[in-house]
Amino acid sequence: MQDINLSHILFVSTALFFIGMFGLFTRRNMITMLMSVELILNSVNINFIAFNKYLYPDKLDGVFFAIFIITIAAAEAAVAIAIIINLYRSHHSIDVEDASEMKY
Amino acid sequence: MNSYAYITLIPLLPLITFVLLGLFGGKYLKASSGVLGTLSILITTLLSWYTAWQYFFISGKTGGAYQQIIALKYTWLQFSPNISIDMGILLDPISVMMIAVVSFVSLMVHLFSLGYMKGEERFATYYAFLSLFTFSMLGLVLAANIFQIYIFWELVGVSSFLLIGFYFEKPSAVAASKKAFIITRFADLGFLIGILILAFYSGTLDFGVLINRLTSLQSPEYVSISSASFMGASMLTWGLVLVFIGGAGKSAMFPLHVWLPDAMEGPTPVSALIHAATMVVAGVFLVARLFPVFSFNSSALQVVTFTGVFSALLAAIIACTQTDIKRVLAFSTMSQIGFMMFALGVSGYGGEKGLGYMASMFHLFTHAFFKSLLFLCAGAVIHVIHSNDMKDMGGLRKIMPLTHMSFLIACLAISGIPPFSGFFSKEEILLAAYRSSKMVYAVAVMTSALTAFYMFRLYYSIFWSKEARTDALPHGEGTGSMKITLVILAVCSLFGGFVPISSWVTSDGFPLKTQIDFGFSIWPVLLAVTGIALATYLYKTENKKPQQIASSLGGFYKLAYQKFYIDEIYLFITRKIIFNLIGRPAAWIDKHIIDGFMNLLATITEKISWIIRGIQSGKVQNYALYFFGGIIGLAALFIYLTHNAS
Repeated sequence: MQDINLSHILFVSTALFFIGMFGLFTRRNMITMLMSVELILNSVNINFIAFNKYLYPDKLDGVFFAIFIITIAAAEAAVAIAIIINLYRSHHSIDVEDASEMKY
Repeated sequence: MNSYAYITLIPLLPLITFVLLGLFGGKYLKASSGVLGTLSILITTLLSWYTAWQYFFISGKTGGAYQQIIALKYTWLQFSPNISIDMGILLDPISVMMIAVVSFVSLMVHLFSLGYMKGEERFATYYAFLSLFTFSMLGLVLAANIFQIYIFWELVGVSSFLLIGFYFEKPSAVAASKKAFIITRFADLGFLIGILILAFYSGTLDFGVLINRLTSLQSPEYVSISSASFMGASMLTWGLVLVFIGGAGKSAMFPLHVWLPDAMEGPTPVSALIHAATMVVAGVFLVARLFPVFSFNSSALQVVTFTGVFSALLAAIIACTQTDIKRVLAFSTMSQIGFMMFALGVSGYGGEKGLGYMASMFHLFTHAFFKSLLFLCAGAVIHVIHSNDMKDMGGLRKIMPLTHMSFLIACLAISGIPPFSGFFSKEEILLAAYRSSKMVYAVAVMTSALTAFYMFRLYYSIFWSKEARTDALPHGEGTGSMKITLVILAVCSLFGGFVPISSWVTSDGFPLKTQIDFGFSIWPVLLAVTGIALATYLYKTENKKPQQIASSLGGFYKLAYQKFYIDEIYLFITRKIIFNLIGRPAAWIDKHIIDGFMNLLATITEKISWIIRGIQSGKVQNYALYFFGGIIGLAALFIYLTHNAS
């Protein structure tokens, strides 16, 4: 355990964050975009836990916040699915490029 | 000193009537608007006469001379500590005489219009406009400040515009009202520049103070205004001549007279009020008001004299050839105002020298009566014949006896036959001219003879010339209100000469004793009688002699008949020269350069917006990218701004 530095874990979480961002900007499937958002949230979670464990081992603030984030992410996923279902009902497609009515 | 505050009611009552009739007359007061208007002017007239009685008989004199009394003064607009526009009421002999005359003639016209304009669709509007005019004219003569007179001057022009163009469905009436307004407005440009010059050098706009400062040879203002010069003439001359140009426009002096004949398109009572007795004398009034300053500058007086004399002669010549009865009367008005103008021009200031001033005001007084009577009689005739042209008339003396008698009285008055009113006032004018310049006197006497000739030509063409008609008229000679007006004005034309104006209205306020010099008056009266005899010979019965004379005069007759082509010259100058050389280039610049620049700005904006519209693509992921880009930018900015601190 002692061989793994804080910076190693932070590197992993940053990588996950940017992978999630890339997926958010690039993927056409709305469900896949939702998965990317979940990835971003998870990377933030890892950040919080890592900082908690390595810098303040006798406190639990980071863990509490991580639980909050999980809860919020779950609620947000439910709302996002509801939106996707609505969009599917009007466009009959879950391609995000098909929902471009706000074009000039 | 009793309070003269009731004098504010004199212009105020017609104003209130105008607002009332203008706003509510059309719908609610239609039938009674005439009576309402007439009643309000009746009260105004009574107040004016009371003022005149107060001023001339009771309390106007101080030390033997009539003083200028400021009845009211209210600072309206302060330009600088010295110069301000104060609205005020100035009472002095000419303004008191004018309010008496203006309100009386307005009352007569209101009464006459009750019958003349009956059945007119816009009856209430007509009376509203008449009240507006009366308000403006009364305000003009009571003005205490030269800017105030300018304001009312413009108001009078607007009222005239509205009244000339009253029958706005007729294109000729619309054109005539436009012409009158534009020409007088153009003259008012001169007036305004004159005001500015006089105000600049004398440091005030108030009449009393201005006249005081510019009429004492030692005052610094007089020295500066008479020593400063521009293109050879002193600034005093320029200021006075420019103010006179404004007066000449309103008073239809040559060459700004072309609007007056066309202004006859308006209803005849309007011609009687505005273009005979009141508005057209506004120019004469202005010169009389500033007369003390004019008398210090002989070049300005010469301009006044020559313009007056020339206009008088020109108008008399043209009037001999016209066939529209209202046009003859219009030119006659121009001629008589020319008389008033040159009487002022040849006058001096103070005592016997001021005879011309007194004569001019006296002639203004008597002219108001007989000229409005002439126009109203013409209106009665037109009402019956339904045509303005002399050729359609003739032999009306049996079926319109009252009009006939009144017209005859007025013609005798204007020809200067004793003991009618015109004789007295014309004699004084001719006497003043004789004492000053024999040449002016000669032209004036010749013009008087011509006046007698063309007026009786008009008289005979209407009432004699053909077989006396005896058919019954469907409405009689006119309604009671029309007839009573003619009777009242005929009495005034008969006896107006006996009113002792010379003891009230003089250049310096001291009464002037005048007597009739029979040896002097013989010649003008004889010439007038000759003119009448010639007119009788040529026009009393229908014959070929006038035609023969006209054809023998050939080109000169045609020139006079076409009013010396002055209208055509104006049209040429405006259409061919001003429109083409100034109007069209200006319009081109406005359309292509100024508008073009604005259009260019709009086009550039449109092109730029077209280019950047792609940002709004409707794709959520693009928006997310912009969001991310913004965050990167903000983060970089934040790091850059704080990296020194840490």
